[in-house]
Amino acid sequence: MGEVKLMKGNEVIAEAAIRCGADGYFGYPITPQSEVMETLMERKPWETTGMVVVQAESEVSSINMVYGGAACGKRVMTSSSSPGISLMCEGLTYLAGAELPCVVVNVTRGGPGLGTIQPAQSDYNQAVKGGGHGDYKIIVLAPASVQEMHDFVFDAFDLAFKYRNPVMILSDGVIGQMMEKVELAEQRPRWTDEEIVKMHSSWACTGKTADREGNIITSLELDPYAQEQFNYKIFEKYARCEQEDVRFEEYMCDDADYLIVAFGSSARICKETIAIARANGHKVGLIRPITLWPFPSKKIAEVAQKTKGVLVAELNMGQMVDDVRLAVNGAVPVEHYGRTGGAVYTPDQVYDALKNKIIK
Amino acid sequence: MAEYIVEKTKENLVYSKTPVLKDNVMHYCPGCSHGTIHKLIAEVIEEMGVQDKTIGVSPVGCSVFAYNYLHIDWIQAAHGRAAAVATAAHRLYPEKLVFTYQGDGDLAAIGTAESIHVCNRGESIAVFYVNNAIYGMTGGQMSPNTLIGMKTATCPYGRDPQLHGYPYKVANFVCQLPGVCYVTRQSVHTPAAVRKAKKAIRKALENSLAGKGLSFVEFVATCNSGWKMSPVQANKWMEENLVPEYPLGDIKDE
Repeated sequence: MGEVKLMKGNEVIAEAAIRCGADGYFGYPITPQSEVMETLMERKPWETTGMVVVQAESEVSSINMVYGGAACGKRVMTSSSSPGISLMCEGLTYLAGAELPCVVVNVTRGGPGLGTIQPAQSDYNQAVKGGGHGDYKIIVLAPASVQEMHDFVFDAFDLAFKYRNPVMILSDGVIGQMMEKVELAEQRPRWTDEEIVKMHSSWACTGKTADREGNIITSLELDPYAQEQFNYKIFEKYARCEQEDVRFEEYMCDDADYLIVAFGSSARICKETIAIARANGHKVGLIRPITLWPFPSKKIAEVAQKTKGVLVAELNMGQMVDDVRLAVNGAVPVEHYGRTGGAVYTPDQVYDALKNKIIK
Repeated sequence: MAEYIVEKTKENLVYSKTPVLKDNVMHYCPGCSHGTIHKLIAEVIEEMGVQDKTIGVSPVGCSVFAYNYLHIDWIQAAHGRAAAVATAAHRLYPEKLVFTYQGDGDLAAIGTAESIHVCNRGESIAVFYVNNAIYGMTGGQMSPNTLIGMKTATCPYGRDPQLHGYPYKVANFVCQLPGVCYVTRQSVHTPAAVRKAKKAIRKALENSLAGKGLSFVEFVATCNSGWKMSPVQANKWMEENLVPEYPLGDIKDE
């Protein structure tokens, strides 16, 4: 068993970044995730693993530093919260368009606009639809615990390089700020420059040597038919991701008459709701999508059709509910319950919504 | 794009271009300064023997396609963001030679924050900044550097400071920052100017490799298409109008 500590979710992102052998972190302060960069600056990984940490002048700059680092074949990441992620959306579409791997953490807060600094899940649509302009997807992982904040940094880098595409960890102010027990992985070495040349010199900017042509990282195309072919190519990649990397947690679904679909911190609240419901004689199960894109549509459809109805509980005005409705395709009723703007529901409130909207 | 093949024989070979410059036919308009500046950078990279350790960052603007002409590794940045992209490349590969190549729309307008802060952090990179006082690629709109009274597609009656503010002299601004070791303003409109410009490029790249800080090389340049002039008229107009506003020479050399 690895080292076990009591840590905040945001601190764990920093710790996991160092331990997974990341090469660079580029960030800008914003509540409720500033502890990520604070922890990194305190840990000084440039003196141990050689990881670079830079405080940029804006989120626009930090995501473009990520673009530059990723273009070099290095494992780089950033973190921010909702308004900062909006600023990064330009960078995200360029990263996807140039097929660059990177990890972006969004510790979501309430919106719209400057909004609040309390937890919310109202960036779901922005994350799963990509955020920026153009035809592309980003892979989205939704942690529901401090342990998953740790584990998903490792997983996110693996997925980012498997598909050469940005991966977002869509967390929220609850998971970012709360302290939990976490088992930390052993320190992994950073890739050496020689290893990067061996693995990635077919595309990355590692320096043009005599044995190869110059590598060009770009998302620019003048010919619409060539752009169309490129888009087909990246969507083949996305189709493969939908086949191979859908992740979800299934909780008490075997005998369920009713189903709750919830992700992240909301899923933890809903597990309490299920305890209350079952104590009152209602058999309720939960599916927690872990990859929000690719979405576990097949699993949700398969489980939902055996039930009498589905409640989608999310800390927003109704975003993931659209994807659940598409998955269920009218087989059973699908209703939404949410609170918004940084307000968080209690398990009882979700239970009341379940009774009012689904069990009846 | 059409292919033009020039047969090389011993008889007609009086000059050979550096292998760091690719054979691709440039898309730049005849008379444009970009081609000459590209060639000078390519020659210096060859002479310094650093082709295998150079990473260029190209902008959005006419020179977005710089990557089609210099035979090195290139990262094409989003509009204005080259300095941020270069920062990461430099920090992650401190032993490599990183430069950005940007126009005045890219560096002095949309990329202002990135361009100032890369200087303030003193990243040891070279910034090649081509100032032709206009947006070339989008068809000749006003840039921050457009002269007072100068006509462009978005100031068709001439730049009026009441409406559009004043020409923005980035070099005079960044020279005040301690992280910047070298600031110079060059041009490539005469053979003598070309020779001076090449020396400035070499100094900037050598400073970068030596870790001295940021080197900022501005090229006062022509955009004869955007200015709606012949190449010869553009060179003359540049000398008489642009150079007095953006005087040539070293501004800082430490």
